[in-house]
Amino acid sequence: MKIHEYQGKELLKRYGVAVPVGRAVLDLGEVDDAVKWVQKEAGVQVVVVKAQIHAGGRGKGGGVKVAKDFVDAQNKARAIFGMNLVTHQTGPEGKKVQRLLIEQGIDIARELYVGMVVDRQSGRVTLMGSTEGGMEIEEVAATHPEKILKEAVDPAVGFRPWQARALAYGLGLKNKEENASAAAFLVSLYKAFVDLDCSLLEVNPLVVTKQGKVLALDAKITFDDNALYRHPELNSLRDVAEEDPSEQAAKEYDLSFITLEGNIGCMVNGAGLAMATMDIIKFYGGQPANFLDVGGGATAEKVTAAFKIITRDPSVKGIFINIFGGIMKCDTIANGVVTAVKEVGLKVPLVVRLEGTNVDLGKKILRDSGLNLVAANDMADGAKKIVELAK
Amino acid sequence: MSVLVNENTKLLVQGISGKTGAFHTAGAKEYGTKVVAGVTPGKGGTMFEGTPVFDTVAEAVAKTGANASVIYVPPPFAADAILEAIAAELPLVVCITEGIPTLDMIAVKRVLESQSKTRLIGPNCPGVISPGKCKIGIMPGYIHKEGHIGLVSRSGTLTYEGVHQLTSLGLGQSTAIGIGGDPVKGMDFVDALALFEADPDTHAVLMMGEIGGNSEEDAAAFVKANMKKPVAAFIAGQTAPPGKRMGHAGAIISGGKGTAAEKIAALEAAGIKVARTPAEMGSTLKSVLR
Repeated sequence: MKIHEYQGKELLKRYGVAVPVGRAVLDLGEVDDAVKWVQKEAGVQVVVVKAQIHAGGRGKGGGVKVAKDFVDAQNKARAIFGMNLVTHQTGPEGKKVQRLLIEQGIDIARELYVGMVVDRQSGRVTLMGSTEGGMEIEEVAATHPEKILKEAVDPAVGFRPWQARALAYGLGLKNKEENASAAAFLVSLYKAFVDLDCSLLEVNPLVVTKQGKVLALDAKITFDDNALYRHPELNSLRDVAEEDPSEQAAKEYDLSFITLEGNIGCMVNGAGLAMATMDIIKFYGGQPANFLDVGGGATAEKVTAAFKIITRDPSVKGIFINIFGGIMKCDTIANGVVTAVKEVGLKVPLVVRLEGTNVDLGKKILRDSGLNLVAANDMADGAKKIVELAK
Repeated sequence: MSVLVNENTKLLVQGISGKTGAFHTAGAKEYGTKVVAGVTPGKGGTMFEGTPVFDTVAEAVAKTGANASVIYVPPPFAADAILEAIAAELPLVVCITEGIPTLDMIAVKRVLESQSKTRLIGPNCPGVISPGKCKIGIMPGYIHKEGHIGLVSRSGTLTYEGVHQLTSLGLGQSTAIGIGGDPVKGMDFVDALALFEADPDTHAVLMMGEIGGNSEEDAAAFVKANMKKPVAAFIAGQTAPPGKRMGHAGAIISGGKGTAAEKIAALEAAGIKVARTPAEMGSTLKSVLR
């Protein structure tokens, strides 16, 4: 689960991570109060107006502007609020800005990068630092890998003060006070990562002000979905406006669904087989419209829900159901498909490939249903057929 | 022969009386797996469908001589169940549970690395089967056939697909291992490949990878340096968009890394034949047999 920058900063603040004075705005009517409050609280005139969307590259897309005074801030807030922000992470369709963060302007001396991820190879939380603040870490990794500093955390002892100091020194913070304040910052950041079960925590840039203070100028947090059950308080941070409506509907039925660009809807059991099914559709010249894993314990109700989610996408010109029945029996799936088609209707070609437990019974149910569907002998046969029919 | 499990495997089931545990324990017994004990705290001293239940793993091992464990307990308690099995020094622990928090698995991995008695398969995996001998997990047993192909995969149903294709071609399997779809886990491809290379009864290996991480790249390097037996592969997720978690917690292209294209290139560079489509996994393996 992703959250907005302003929410991330509020969370980090609770862990003692220094962040600029700021206030979120969810409605244009709140802008005046927010600007006045920030100016007064921080004792500055200059504020920054920042679009809050779940995607990076906001500055380059025109979603972050510095305002020199109150009136300028009003104008800039009006310009950004409601705009369709296009960045390299939003795709060409962009995202509508429905929330802003008004923040104090900062006199920046240096911009740095710090991030935290789970390194899969070592199986450890790893802190990364780079002197190239503001640049994306992937870009630094590609062009200047030697500029990325790493500290892996031994879970038995946690992130140690010496590691925090070493990282801070590596980032060029040699002055005793700066080093101590950066080290404390990193320790707080790690505590937040572990306490909140994050899977990614990035501060880019981390800035050193002209007064020598260390501040998080941005905050990007992603939580481990598997651990959300132990953080019910985080649920309120979910912004459904940022989520794909089909993916959201799928979540209600515990289905794993991802919208893609193509026109062939897929329903598959198992994540690996679902990806493989997308791949084989592409191989035969088609384009999958979605990834959909109905899971190991699909019921007729789930299959119906999945069917509805697939068919609500107007770009879907054909559907391929690919099931390898193990624990989930083919007759259960067949019954689910028949029920779903009768309830939802079928306006596009449907190819069904069943294999595994009770396959003959499943095929018979489909045959006897009188529905206009095409049976496939195997994955390749099914993929070829649906690609042809969806043309 | 086979690897990891065989007719001498004595299985203990952690979470035997839960719905999932009970269902798959019945399936394992039906297949012929020797299920010697169950563990459910608070139900020690009782019997569950003919199997004695114990309060702790240590007691179950002491009383029954169990040498493998399978875990069906829910995600919030699964990491603890793995740690209990490691503490009891069980040689093999298979964790089927999906949805364990990553930080829990980081702690488990630290403990795993600090000992040498226990090997972990999973979590979030279908389990392991040596056809005709022993089945531990949730895979449909009947699609398998005894033989000489080793399988190792990050997936569940895609593994069944691969097994089914092999069986249809008359190629039986020595052992099929599902290592699971989580980012932090027990055994990885290289561990399975090393076992298969050392097993005289395994003649070739089919590995099924997917996007995310670089286990497949590590496997490619291992095959090139250490394996004499032929290996064929398939990588799922060639059409997966970056930054999206494709069902499995570990199946995500992040920061442009972990793409199928990179993995296929690494495997091919190591001399491994990669199936162009998932429908050709069996035939690709057949083509590399010597």
